[in-house]
Amino acid sequence: MSLKDQLEQLRRKGVQDISETDSQKRLNEIRVKLLGKKGPITEVLRGMKDLTPAERPTVGAYANEIKQDIAEAIDQRLHELNKVALQHRLQHETVDVTLPGRPIKTGTPHILNQMIDDIEELFIGLGYQVVDGPEVETDHYNFEMMNIPKNHPARDMQDTFYITKELLMRTQTSPNQARTLEKHDFSQGPLKMISPGRVYRRDNDDATHSHQFTQIEGLVIDKHVTMADLKGTLEVLAKHVFGEERKIRLRPSYFPFTEPSIEVDISCFACGGEGCKVCKYTGWIEVLGAGMVHPNVLKNVGVDPEVYGGFAFGLGPDRFAMLKYGINDIRQFYQNDLRFLHQFQQEAK
Amino acid sequence: MKISYQWLNQFVDTEKIDPQKLADQVSLTGIEVASVIAPDAGLKKIVVGHILSTKPHPDSDHLTLCQVDIGASEPVQIVCGAPNVAADQYVIVALPGARIADNVKIKRGKMRGEASEGMICALQEIGFSDSVVPKEFQNGIYVFPNPEPVGESVFEYLGMTDRLIDFDITPNRADTLGMHGAAWEVGAMLHKRPQFPAVEISEGNTKTSDLLNVTVENKEAVPQYLLKVVQNVNVQPSPLWLQIRLWNNGVRPINNVVDVTNYVMLEYGQPLHAFDYDKLTSHEILVRQAHDHEQLVTLDGEKCELVADDIVITDGQDPVALAGTMGGLNSEITAATKNIVIESAVFNGTSIRKTAQRHNLHTEATIRFEKGIDESSTEEALQRAVQLMGELANGQSSQGVLVGNQVIPVAKEIVVVPKHVNHVLGTEISAAQMASIMDDLGFAHQDQTDQLLVTVPIRRWDIFIEADLIEEIARLYGYDKLPSTLPVGAQTIGAFNTKQTLIRKVKKLLLANGLDEVISYALVNEQEASAFTYEQTADIKLAWPMTQDHAYLRQNLISGLLNDLQYNLARKQNDVQIFEQGNVFHKINDEQQPNEIPTLAALWSGQVSAASWLGKSQAVDFYYVKGVLTDLFENLGIADLVTYQADAAIPELHPGRTAKLLLGDQVLGFVGELHPTFQHELNLPEAYVMQLNLDVILAQDLPVLVSQAAPKYPAVERDLALIVHQQVTNAEVVNAIKAAAGKYLTNVQIFDVFTGENIGLHKQSLAYRLHFQNPEATLTDEQVTNAMAKVTAKLQTDFAAQIR
Ligand SMILES: [Zn+2]
Repeated sequence: MSLKDQLEQLRRKGVQDISETDSQKRLNEIRVKLLGKKGPITEVLRGMKDLTPAERPTVGAYANEIKQDIAEAIDQRLHELNKVALQHRLQHETVDVTLPGRPIKTGTPHILNQMIDDIEELFIGLGYQVVDGPEVETDHYNFEMMNIPKNHPARDMQDTFYITKELLMRTQTSPNQARTLEKHDFSQGPLKMISPGRVYRRDNDDATHSHQFTQIEGLVIDKHVTMADLKGTLEVLAKHVFGEERKIRLRPSYFPFTEPSIEVDISCFACGGEGCKVCKYTGWIEVLGAGMVHPNVLKNVGVDPEVYGGFAFGLGPDRFAMLKYGINDIRQFYQNDLRFLHQFQQEAK
Repeated sequence: MKISYQWLNQFVDTEKIDPQKLADQVSLTGIEVASVIAPDAGLKKIVVGHILSTKPHPDSDHLTLCQVDIGASEPVQIVCGAPNVAADQYVIVALPGARIADNVKIKRGKMRGEASEGMICALQEIGFSDSVVPKEFQNGIYVFPNPEPVGESVFEYLGMTDRLIDFDITPNRADTLGMHGAAWEVGAMLHKRPQFPAVEISEGNTKTSDLLNVTVENKEAVPQYLLKVVQNVNVQPSPLWLQIRLWNNGVRPINNVVDVTNYVMLEYGQPLHAFDYDKLTSHEILVRQAHDHEQLVTLDGEKCELVADDIVITDGQDPVALAGTMGGLNSEITAATKNIVIESAVFNGTSIRKTAQRHNLHTEATIRFEKGIDESSTEEALQRAVQLMGELANGQSSQGVLVGNQVIPVAKEIVVVPKHVNHVLGTEISAAQMASIMDDLGFAHQDQTDQLLVTVPIRRWDIFIEADLIEEIARLYGYDKLPSTLPVGAQTIGAFNTKQTLIRKVKKLLLANGLDEVISYALVNEQEASAFTYEQTADIKLAWPMTQDHAYLRQNLISGLLNDLQYNLARKQNDVQIFEQGNVFHKINDEQQPNEIPTLAALWSGQVSAASWLGKSQAVDFYYVKGVLTDLFENLGIADLVTYQADAAIPELHPGRTAKLLLGDQVLGFVGELHPTFQHELNLPEAYVMQLNLDVILAQDLPVLVSQAAPKYPAVERDLALIVHQQVTNAEVVNAIKAAAGKYLTNVQIFDVFTGENIGLHKQSLAYRLHFQNPEATLTDEQVTNAMAKVTAKLQTDFAAQIR
């Protein structure tokens, strides 16, 4: 048999062996056996010395070609075997995707603070500043500066937690109107502020009363601020909190620190104004009080009411949240039952 | 006040507009209407019956068999249990199938064997409040004073088809606490001038001043005090129309004299009082301040002990009335009364309010004096009462009004500038339109160039300045017609300040670490207020707390969190991890407002990660809590500045498991476990708490952040294990390492703490990983080895450390 024939035979046999092998280990053995220094191809090539110089290059090239073919066959088979092995592995590596994940927890912001934060961000966007004020107020700021002189019925002892004759727990966030106005430099532009915080009333706690609750005060003072601006601002607020379809309605009311004074109703979000239990079949829900700042309040802080004027409003986040989420007992905000608090997780922004 | 729709129409023609519609309109332009009451709502088949004859029930000693004409072809028999039933009465009959009060249905039936074709009713049974039923009918059936058409529905005859519009007034609109004021308000809305009949009286020849003398001592507190005498009155029940007016307004009819005073009060809003002239021991009326401890038995039979701040009416000697509040029993009008004194007066509202509170006597009169009355009609109201007493009680009026004091305020003149009005409202209302609104209100005005000079009648004492008239114009023009705009003018920047930003950030970080936010009460009990504090600051106590549970201002937030923990534990919520951000209050002195310190506190109890099919739950421990704090401080950029010092100064905390937190040299707060004793007293499980003073963080100046590129050269890590005495703290070792390791040390991490017999008594083994890096070049092995040698040497010197 010629050298060439021997080589051809080796190739046929090798390729067949490779294709029949189904283990990576065996393939490596084949690689060593066929292509190694003691392998048959090397053996055959040793017989080249018997060839004529003219034959040698042809046979040599042929031998290299065979080597390459075998190596390729091994690689291809190896690839096939890897693929099968992976398939096999994947079949055994499944998880039950319906099993629960590891418990990972984030906290829930208190719903009242969610309400307050949301309203703060709305007004920040409208160019307002957020102003904090003291919870322990003086009689002077809580009442006198707000046009509620001594002997005014609104100052009855039973409504106010006094600490001393002059110090008290603020009954409203309104004193921050006076405090901010006193400091404001109108040469630097208009005053636009909201002031959220805790307020206190001398009440027995029950489903609708709480001795502590929250308020947000709003105030805009400039040379030309109108009641129409108040109406537009409250419309923006109502739509933001209670939904884009809400309409508002103003009714006459009375507050010592505004004139004119109004109560603000929103069209019922539960029935859209048709009338239902939520709105007591009127189609409207009272949500806040507002008005044009009383000239006396401006005079009290040394701002000329002939030049400056504007509006103020006061709203209760407690009431807002109770209305929006159908909460029927105000005490729930302050008892902090985790089951109550957690349900508002999805509302957090 | 409940405004009778029928009565209102006597003064202003509402053109039969539906009462509910009228009420809705009033709510939008003037006075909030709480509800419109239909007294006959839900009632049916209740008719006038005429009792033809009665005889006792054969089987009962308290039931009566009545033959009643109900307008049918034959009389029917009705069994009646009322003690006052008698033949020839015109009564209220609920027929079979009727609905009476409380939705009770009446059926044909038998009572002890006798057929009963319905029921003869008391007023309470058809929905009257017991407080308005005339005394004589309180315990029996109602009997009409005059024959009424038999068989017809009773509702009209009892005033029950009227509709009552309940005005829920704000304190400034007490002018509508009388029908006249209400008529002005409704008239203004409907553009109609109300009409009030003139008061006409015929006086006798006896001068009032011959019958009485009057002196008002305290004229400041009693700006008006007017008296008149009516002689030879015939005291009897009032006619039904007047009784209806009263009971529809919640006032019980008593007799014609008393009823007239109440009726005129409802008409004018001016409270009146009637005394029995002959019961006054002298006829020298003296109005003065009471003497301390002076006594008066009021009409309700209660004995009042007076104080010098009360105003009293005396008969020269003894009090006969508590001014503006309630009459005295000693001068009460009775059936035997012949001659009466009528008082129409104005008393200082604040004084009356305090008297009413002091003696807990809140009456229709005190409500009106407190809120104000139309001082221009005080005299007319007096004459009106005299007129009605003539008509209804045949009384003879004395001649002239006896005046103790009569100071009538002057009508105010206010300039309204239409430009101002439109400037404030953002409208374009014409001057003529404004003038027309003034006309509707009945306010006289002179139309001058660019302004109106408005004369505000005394009946609208709530109006002082132009802004008040702007409100009148706005509400009657209609708030619904206001345009809707947003403020224009100079731009302003809205942004949170540093403190607000910090508060928002720390809250977000704690939320991210699994804590729920709570809001607790700032008013707590005495123990809670001062617990968990370092310096014992003085308590701040409310002057008149509602309960001892909420009597003190909190000086810490932990007490509130513990209350929340207890609330949840009681409801089987055992894994409680909560925080609160709020103020604590530090007293300065009695005069100044306290320091309000923005504070953050948190509490951890139970499992911080829940058990699941993947593994066991993890209970909270000191190092978990410290981990949360570390994360917080790293996010605030202060982690390197905060130090933890073992601390036993707070008695409510575990002395061995509490750290005082310092930011630089300032006390930032504390973190620790509840003291086992305290925990036991409150019946709580193990819990960890922390509290931070946010002002301390705010006061910390942080350098402006300058960014650095990520390191280019590789870092080198070396581990170091050592055995030291147990009293050596981690912080001490870390500080020593940092001091000795040179400038390439970037981080030291402890990764193992171990104690055990094999390393020796009171010893501990600590293992650290040191990270070295040179930002400018690759570190050589030699550099690191040198550094480690220095560290080792220092640890050996400082702590006699045995390097492993
Ligand atoms: Zn509704």
